[in-house]
Amino acid sequence: MNFVDFLLQHSPALIVAIPLLGAFLTPLVSRINNKVRNIFVIIILLITTSIVLLLALDVFAGNIHTYIFGAKDLTLPVVRILFEVDAMSAFMAIIGSILLLVSVIYSWSFIEENSGLDKYYTLVLLLAAGMFGMMLTGDMFNFFVFLEITSIASCALIAFWTNKGKAVEAAFKYIVISSLAALFVLFAIALLYGQYNALNIAVLGSVIQFSYLDKIALVLLVAALAMKAGIVPMHMWLPDAYGRAPASVTIILVGATQASLYGVFRVCFTLYGNTINLSPTSIGWIIVLLGVITMLIGVSMALIQSDFKRLIAFSAVAEIGFIFLGIGTGLTLFANNQMFGLIGSTAMSGGIFHIINDSLDVGLLFLVAGAVYYATKETSLDKMGGLARNMKYTTIFFIIGLLAISGIPPMNGFASKLLIYESTFQLNPILAIVAILSSIMLLAVFVKVFHSVFLGPAQPKFKDVKEVPKTMLFAMGIIASIIIIFGLFPDLVINNIVEPAVNALINYSEYIRQVIPTFTGGF
Amino acid sequence: MNGMSRIVKTITSIVFPFIMIFGLYIIAHGHLTPGGGFQGGAVVASGCAMILVAYGSVWTMGKIKEKNLSILESIGAICFIILAILGLGFGTVFFKNFLVGSNIIFGIVPSFGSTISNINTAGVIPLMNFAVGLKVIVGLFGIVLIMAYASRRRDNK
Repeated sequence: MNFVDFLLQHSPALIVAIPLLGAFLTPLVSRINNKVRNIFVIIILLITTSIVLLLALDVFAGNIHTYIFGAKDLTLPVVRILFEVDAMSAFMAIIGSILLLVSVIYSWSFIEENSGLDKYYTLVLLLAAGMFGMMLTGDMFNFFVFLEITSIASCALIAFWTNKGKAVEAAFKYIVISSLAALFVLFAIALLYGQYNALNIAVLGSVIQFSYLDKIALVLLVAALAMKAGIVPMHMWLPDAYGRAPASVTIILVGATQASLYGVFRVCFTLYGNTINLSPTSIGWIIVLLGVITMLIGVSMALIQSDFKRLIAFSAVAEIGFIFLGIGTGLTLFANNQMFGLIGSTAMSGGIFHIINDSLDVGLLFLVAGAVYYATKETSLDKMGGLARNMKYTTIFFIIGLLAISGIPPMNGFASKLLIYESTFQLNPILAIVAILSSIMLLAVFVKVFHSVFLGPAQPKFKDVKEVPKTMLFAMGIIASIIIIFGLFPDLVINNIVEPAVNALINYSEYIRQVIPTFTGGF
Repeated sequence: MNGMSRIVKTITSIVFPFIMIFGLYIIAHGHLTPGGGFQGGAVVASGCAMILVAYGSVWTMGKIKEKNLSILESIGAICFIILAILGLGFGTVFFKNFLVGSNIIFGIVPSFGSTISNINTAGVIPLMNFAVGLKVIVGLFGIVLIMAYASRRRDNK
């Protein structure tokens, strides 16, 4: 067996193990030299990213990978720890690895002057291990464990600038919400375990009955994970956490939020997939309504902000609403085969394509906000102006982010938002109208920001402001080029990456059959 | 934090070895009796915290450097992951218990049924218990030490 096959076979374990090993090696490596430490962390993440891409290539070709820890073969009943990677997991892992790599490159200059950087990089790699674990695991309890790892690492990273008291407050809010959400998830898992004596997602999915307790568990799981994803009634932690954390951390937090979103979809489509005929379309409609409220409140709050990063954080809330709208529409029509073929699959493609677009667009804008802060030490929009004269590359990246987030061609946001508009209009025209309105308001928000930060007369206090260092520009450049490539060739992305992910969510019986070959349910 | 009276210091010195032995016993017998790396590590760390309370944080900080603790903690975690990766190398999959059945160390497979507990069993599990124990001892003690050291100024002034 050659080396590539070996890597591919063990890739689900290695994707989690390598960042974990790197995290604990970082304190030792950082005793040598700061530069060596930075290079070490980048190399660790490069190796992880390449393994993720290797795995993803194989998974998109149609193979679902399972990995059993500690044993060669699986025996029923399933008590082993199991990782199960289908196209949706691989899709999310690609997003996570891009964001992590960009963040670490950006961090090189951005937080160079801070102390405690060995702990920073340790936490970043721990967060990476937690995120990848959430995305790849096939076991509910394992999911909970990785959720906790992610929460604790994120909390410490949000409070990284402890000399600013508000960062500590934001981290405290985050850990309260996260602990609450984690307890909800644990309680729901206990309800499922008590009834079916199983923790494995595939095993649970094959026997689930949609009893009264199962309904409670579904509500708890969706509520808790939506809380961690920042859906509107539970979004109050998100602007604080995103706004106060360093920009290089915020972009990873975007990825961690997406991992929670992935949890919602995995629960709705795979865990409860077999019972979707029993439940009338209610859960789908709830997700659609949550999405609509999230979009509207997100953009309206973004309009009135005067702090740069807080404003982007509220627009990030709105963007998550679009994802919920798209995938909720798909879930609403899931039981109805004919309608699903017409509208639902388009909506699902739009929603899932928007996951990657949202993380790239919002990530780029956060990095621009971080660059402006790095150059001027200023976050209030009222005190900035005329920066396009000093920071021309940053301005260009901001324009790319602005066009992408408000869904203007030829950027990537246009492709996914168009799919969402088209399909939701056929479900209910009002949904599409609200979505288009929110998108226009997002454009208004960011045009305002563009005007007040980059345009206007040159201000004397910003006379000595220089362009940010090359590593930061390089990190922003990576994301901007991906945005433009995705915008120019959306069909390539949809056919090769998004469609397999959509099919993986829809064909939950494939996921279950991978563990229980005798399973006969499903379409 | 300053040290306490001579009586407390003497009693601490007498009790300390017993707590250490008890904690290390729980770690070493983790695969045979209730307990394991985390529980035994917590016992040992609380014994160290007792020294800290009796002798004061300034004295303790003079004996033990916080940086060395953090390195030991990393080593504990690295040992754990390397044991798991060795399962990939020598065995077949990640976390494979590759020592079971070999005659190297902890390699005996006990006969089925009620037997006298043999410490030389269970493969990599005792080794992983040692790694977790090391991490928990230095991790918990490090947290207590730094919290005590950071709050010392109020006592002095």
